[in-house]
Amino acid sequence: MENLERILAAHPFFAGLDGEFCTLACGCAKNARFDAGQFICHEGDSADQFFLVREGRVALQVSAPGRGASTFLTLGPGEVFGVNWLVPPYRWTYDAKAIAPTRAISMDAACLRNKCEANHSLGYDVMKRLMPVLVERLHTARVQMLDLYGARG
Amino acid sequence: MSDAAFATLMHAQPMVPQVAHVRGRRKDTPDAWTLDLELANGARLIYAPGQFNMLTAFGVGEAAISVSGDPAGGPLIHTIRAVGPVSRALTALEPGDPIGVRGPFGVGWPMAQAEGKDVLLVAGGLGLAPLRPALYRLLGERARFGRVTLLFGARTPEDIVFRHEVESWRARFDIDVDVTVDHAASEWHGHVGVVTTLISRATFDPCNALAMICGPEVMMRFVAMALVEKGFGEDAIYLSMERNMKCAIGHCGHCQLGPTFICRDGPVFTYAQLKRFLAIKEL
Ligand SMILES: Cc1cc2nc3c(=O)[nH]c(=O)nc-3n(C[C@H](O)[C@H](O)[C@H](O)COP(=O)(O)OP(=O)(O)OC[C@H]3O[C@@H](n4cnc5c(N)ncnc54)[C@H](O)[C@@H]3O)c2cc1C
Ligand code: FES
Repeated sequence: MENLERILAAHPFFAGLDGEFCTLACGCAKNARFDAGQFICHEGDSADQFFLVREGRVALQVSAPGRGASTFLTLGPGEVFGVNWLVPPYRWTYDAKAIAPTRAISMDAACLRNKCEANHSLGYDVMKRLMPVLVERLHTARVQMLDLYGARG
Repeated sequence: MSDAAFATLMHAQPMVPQVAHVRGRRKDTPDAWTLDLELANGARLIYAPGQFNMLTAFGVGEAAISVSGDPAGGPLIHTIRAVGPVSRALTALEPGDPIGVRGPFGVGWPMAQAEGKDVLLVAGGLGLAPLRPALYRLLGERARFGRVTLLFGARTPEDIVFRHEVESWRARFDIDVDVTVDHAASEWHGHVGVVTTLISRATFDPCNALAMICGPEVMMRFVAMALVEKGFGEDAIYLSMERNMKCAIGHCGHCQLGPTFICRDGPVFTYAQLKRFLAIKEL
């Protein structure tokens, strides 16, 4: 557990997290490993985990009829995915697939939600870490939507 | 004609296109082609990385197109995206066809200022074409520069211009190359996401680094802002601007941006010079 706590504290998402919070969060964490090509979750599944990538690369994909799967974002070391863990009805809205051998910390979503609910200071701290990720994702999605390199580039 | 005599002639008669012929034509992406040109008088055009020529499709018109070849030698190379009448006519030219060339014009990339510094090139889409001469120079005179990094964003994997060359740069040990696309099918195992997401993964010393950015204006704006956040000085960030051009010698005013003419004072400017104007809509 101590080892996991160190790994958690070293991940950029939790950088500088208060020691007591780190112990609390660590109670919801476990190591996860995925082979290249392995699906980590599927759209519509219950979002019962939140992942902090340590090594490797993960593709977030959506599938459209007749067009197969398209990747809209890839994530690497230091990044997180599965933010639906916080928003009802807690369902994945995309598929996540490891496209390289990947190591991650998997956070049990219900466990983390309960701890955030019970300890609002922890909850607020986690929220302050998540918001910049969400804002950045929203911004980059907007830029992607502009199709800058397209015909009117 | 000697190269020096030709340069003098081009300088003396900047509005008169010289005839060249297409010697090679390659399709780079679904809508962009690269043309190898040879001047009819046998001279070689001497140019600096980042400069552009006015190319004439005879009977159709003229367009500003950056040189995309190696300033150290080889044919005169331009990479053109077919977006309108002139660029469509230029990209339809076949080997042996004549083409008009005026130039080179403008102020190019700050190669001398980059010496001794980490150099970060950030290209979006066809923006890699005007940056390629700078990259050739950086690699050709590698010892003069610090860490060299190319971050390149394209629309899809099929839109990666100079794909084989990008792969060969990736295989080198003296340059870091990272590529991302905005959208990809699941077979693509590279990065997907906007080009700014590559910045946080790149290694450079922002206090002793210089950035050269080329791509759509919105992309350049966001990249410049991200670099400032990483500690780059605004005057260490250079962007290549595009505006409609007619004379290319600072006479007609078509390419005016604030107090500057892009054809004469640019197309390469520092972010410090441009920041104010980039924020003004429809300028
Ligand atoms: C300094 C400089 C260097 C340039 N270098 C290159 C280069 O290396 N290769 C290259 O292909 N182009 C380059 N351009 C852009 C090129 O000059 C313009 O695209 C030019 O307008 C093409 O003329 P046209 O008659 O084909 O299209 P236009 O009739 O001028 O335009 C047709 C349509 O395409 C749109 N359009 C214009 N330019 C672009 C663009 N760049 N991307 C997407 N849509 C556009 C217009 O808004 C219009 O709707 C450069 C421009 C400048 C100022
Ligand atoms: S194109 Fe005429 S002033 Fe620049």
